[in-house]
Amino acid sequence: MATASHNILVVVPALNEEASVGAVVTSILAANPNVTVLVVDDGSTDATRDVALAAGAHVASLPFNLGVGGAMRVGFHYAIEHGHDVVVQVDADGQHDPAEIPALVASLDEADLVLGARFAGVGGYRVRGPRKWAMVVLASVLSRSLKTHLTDTTSGFRASGPRAIALFARQYPAEYLGDTIESLVIAARSGLRVTQTPVAMRSRTTGAPSHNALKSAIYLARAVLALIFAYVRPASTYATKVVT
Amino acid sequence: MSLASYLLGIGASLLVLGFAVEQLRRRRMRERHAVWWFAAGLLALAASIFPRSLDWLASAIGISLPVNLVFFTSIAILFLVSLQHSAELTTLESKTRTLAERIALLELRLKSVEDEMDDDSV
Repeated sequence: MATASHNILVVVPALNEEASVGAVVTSILAANPNVTVLVVDDGSTDATRDVALAAGAHVASLPFNLGVGGAMRVGFHYAIEHGHDVVVQVDADGQHDPAEIPALVASLDEADLVLGARFAGVGGYRVRGPRKWAMVVLASVLSRSLKTHLTDTTSGFRASGPRAIALFARQYPAEYLGDTIESLVIAARSGLRVTQTPVAMRSRTTGAPSHNALKSAIYLARAVLALIFAYVRPASTYATKVVT
Repeated sequence: MSLASYLLGIGASLLVLGFAVEQLRRRRMRERHAVWWFAAGLLALAASIFPRSLDWLASAIGISLPVNLVFFTSIAILFLVSLQHSAELTTLESKTRTLAERIALLELRLKSVEDEMDDDSV
């Protein structure tokens, strides 16, 4: 089994997810007994921290909300401090199936960053309208740039190998959409190998996905803007936010 | 131009200059922020003491109404200052974010060290 030969850290960014984070941590540990689970409590005001601790996770609590990017930066630093060679990101709302983690990690043999793709034939996840156009545009631009075939670039279910961890601990974007889109551009510009592996999505255990048309259109505009700026950014600005 | 409006112009520019100097003196504003207000105050003082210089400069660059030169310069300075503030704000946000991340990691490490010490003492 692929997960046995690696020292895997599963990072779960969580903002006010007390209803689902416990079950997520439990199912990660049940499906992958060898991994360490780090829940990054992103300024939650509910019992997320206590629920995660009770479920057997390590919990890093941010004093205020930083977004998924900030939470993942904590995760990458923690991985380096504790010698983990693989970081897997799993959402706290329960839409990612922890049983797919070994499949993601297995794909790291030929890549530095593996995306769990939600539309690659497995599972019933569908989107329509501007959100779909955004995903198609992003996928085609990023696929070309990374010289690989990607269909779901905004997936929050991803595994990073040692080279990606070293890169992202130094320069993981913290802006909105930066953690998904710009991180891939950074990977491309740094010469990392990126691939995807199809995963099934479970319906969220709590909360509702956003399918409002106006929100989707705004999302599309912000995504395209984020993409453009990620490419025109001078390489030197990436290194300025370093913490070691 | 009446004497009153002449004095009003000088008084207002002296107020701006005095305020900038006072803030600098009390270390409530750093030089790089104060320098804009200082420059604005000096320009305003020069223009209010010698209103003729304004007429001359305006006609030299082809602005028919001298007061428009005053508006243009004021807006340009305010624009540059607010641009600088946005950039500073971004730097500050990024520093606070980094600190927050460090705190979270240090807290975690402190807790694990404490747990180890508890284990040792048992």
